[in-house]
Amino acid sequence: MTTLSFANILVLSYNSLSYAAILFLLASGLSLIFGVMRIVNLAHAAFFLFAGYLALEFYNIIFGSLSLMPRIIQLVSWALLYFAWRGLTLYIAPKHAALALLLAYIVMEVLCSLIWSFRFFELFFPHVPVKPVDRINFPGMMAAIVVALTIAALCGMFIERFFLRLLGQDTLAQVLVTIGFAFILQDGSLYTWGGDNFMLKQPWPLNFSAVVGGLSLPQYRGFMIVIAVVVAAALFLGIERTRLGAIMRAAVDDPEMARGIGINTNVVQMSIFAIGALLAATGGVVGGAFFGVYPGLDFEILPYAFAVVIIGGLGSLGGAVLGSIVVGFIENFGTALFPELSYFALFAPMAIILAIKPTGLFGKG
Amino acid sequence: MKRKFITIIAVLGLAFSVSFGSAQAAEVRIGFIAPMTGIFAQIGKDMSNGFKMYMAHTKNKMGPLDVKFILEDSTGKPAVNVRKALKLIKRDKVHMFIGGLLASTGYALAPVANRFKTPYISPVPAADDLTQRKLFKHFLRSGFTSSQNSHPLGEWAYDQGYRNVVTIGADYAFGYETVGGFHKAFEARGGKVVKKIWAKLGTKDFGPYLPQIPKDADAIFTLMVGPMSLAFPKQFRAAGFKMPMLGGVTSADEFILPSMGDEALGYVTAAQYSAALATDKNKAFVKEYQQRYGKMASYYSETCYTTGQWVDLALKKIGYKPDNKDAFLKAFKAIRIDAIRGPVYLDKYGNPVQNSYIRKVTRVKGDRLGLGVKSNSLWNLVIKTYPAVGQFWKWSDKDFLKDPVYSKKFPPCPHCK
Repeated sequence: MTTLSFANILVLSYNSLSYAAILFLLASGLSLIFGVMRIVNLAHAAFFLFAGYLALEFYNIIFGSLSLMPRIIQLVSWALLYFAWRGLTLYIAPKHAALALLLAYIVMEVLCSLIWSFRFFELFFPHVPVKPVDRINFPGMMAAIVVALTIAALCGMFIERFFLRLLGQDTLAQVLVTIGFAFILQDGSLYTWGGDNFMLKQPWPLNFSAVVGGLSLPQYRGFMIVIAVVVAAALFLGIERTRLGAIMRAAVDDPEMARGIGINTNVVQMSIFAIGALLAATGGVVGGAFFGVYPGLDFEILPYAFAVVIIGGLGSLGGAVLGSIVVGFIENFGTALFPELSYFALFAPMAIILAIKPTGLFGKG
Repeated sequence: MKRKFITIIAVLGLAFSVSFGSAQAAEVRIGFIAPMTGIFAQIGKDMSNGFKMYMAHTKNKMGPLDVKFILEDSTGKPAVNVRKALKLIKRDKVHMFIGGLLASTGYALAPVANRFKTPYISPVPAADDLTQRKLFKHFLRSGFTSSQNSHPLGEWAYDQGYRNVVTIGADYAFGYETVGGFHKAFEARGGKVVKKIWAKLGTKDFGPYLPQIPKDADAIFTLMVGPMSLAFPKQFRAAGFKMPMLGGVTSADEFILPSMGDEALGYVTAAQYSAALATDKNKAFVKEYQQRYGKMASYYSETCYTTGQWVDLALKKIGYKPDNKDAFLKAFKAIRIDAIRGPVYLDKYGNPVQNSYIRKVTRVKGDRLGLGVKSNSLWNLVIKTYPAVGQFWKWSDKDFLKDPVYSKKFPPCPHCK
């Protein structure tokens, strides 16, 4: 056991809060989706990681090599192939259409390799070199964040609309589908970006540490805390104080009644899922400049998100705030004081809280 | 009827040609186990690419033998490694197998090799004891032991005038052994390790550990692996620490270097290889590797390339008869190889004796190194070479082996506060 000086306690508290900030961004989305839709979204942390990669990608697009371009070319090529097939089969038998496409492919392949010394099939399976960028500025980071968040939210909407909605309330199927998407996002990222470890660059005003009374407090940690506070406030106000929030709550409390008075609960659910993905993505982008972006990060951080929502209570925003602060502090102080027992220090209090109050501190049951 | 007859003839003919084909060409079957999926996938690719590059140079042959290269995905888990090794031995009947990544994998695979009397060559797993206190007859090593390069770094650190050093290492065997080696050599010269911190493997946020680092230490020695290597220097510098950073090989190897930023400048690490090595051999290797795979060569790719070369030489020595495994083991151990990393040979415990390079992370503008990489990137420039460093450093093997293997408790830390 180590003893801590007062200064160390202050720094540790600051670190705990910043860690809690990231956990909150991740766990609030998880909690929201569960509270509204009763879906345990195991793909949640995958959004966290995926958004980190996307932000990195758009850094690269803004400042460096375009490595998403081959992916886009690939998509377009496959789409063109599909439409060519559709078009041809309208006029001739599938057998002949296949033959025609094959012939066309061979001709293209020969032409490409002879004239441009380029392999035609690479359009369909492009090789992507990824180069990290050296410099980054604040507007660039913001732009990358916005793009990454939008794509992640769209992904969330897609999964909800075309997969989860079809499953109704079948919990087992939901778990399987979400974990399936976790793997798809994970391996898709591995395929696209390779297994190298990346780190988002912290933009200029944030990569220093402020010295306050002899203590050096990294500014980026402060930035994480600020983002989390802003998001929490926006969520709270949005859900509790606005008409949209009222509609959401109505759709949660009694979906049938809500539909009866003309609320489109399907749209509500889809937006909730998108907001959840958006929150995870925010965490991923903000955390990506701190933890790094690498394969496996998603499943490393998911247990912590679950610890947060279980301690705080599933489906409660206040619970997510409190839960992430509790986990952040226990993780930091527990590891500093009893380095050998850090997992125990985190999950033992969780077990105790569950034993006393099975729904978590703020859980509605 | 006629058609059926023709089919039968064709099938029989095919079967014959296949059996003749396999009987004709003598071959050596080499199993290669590396993570191709999961979180270590990229390292696995670096490893197999290194070996494949050697095979491409020899046109897939070793002397008269055709090489049958069988790549198995270990997913980075020791248990899967063992399963794949069994598959390679029993079904593919390989003459030898190469690979593994984590130290724990080395410990898992060595007994398998012994049980089935099939040589296992470890290019990466660096567990100290496999060539020290727990020897296996069929275990061969072409890489390094964890503590091998930390010993010279400990001496180097003392020579720089550092007297009080704090260490932070990943909390597992590779961490204990690398940090332990530094600790022992540094204190043997007269330095003091004033604090040893063990960070949980896979730590993302170093918040709990940073406040424990004494601000007045002369330097910090780190052993980070994987993503920890990226996060640590950044968070360390952001927390206002100015002291120089030293480290084990994985703290700033070529695998992680391209993703690092200015926070890594001046990081001094020790390893048996650096991509910035100024030899013609290495320049050609790095250039070609860059062209083939679009990546900076790392010690993973170098050690696997060298392993291919080494196996080839050993087979040559025994007249290309891979079935004679005892002779192969003996030949492998007797070879002195002029590898890309420098001259290498095995000591009597089967561990490589080789150069140890002290490397400093430096930003190199343009293609000053002549390596075909033009961007303004970070390189591990070699600032000092310790020639012919063995696993026991300056101690005799008997004295060294009297001590237990490096762990959290050994060497003891008399100066720790």
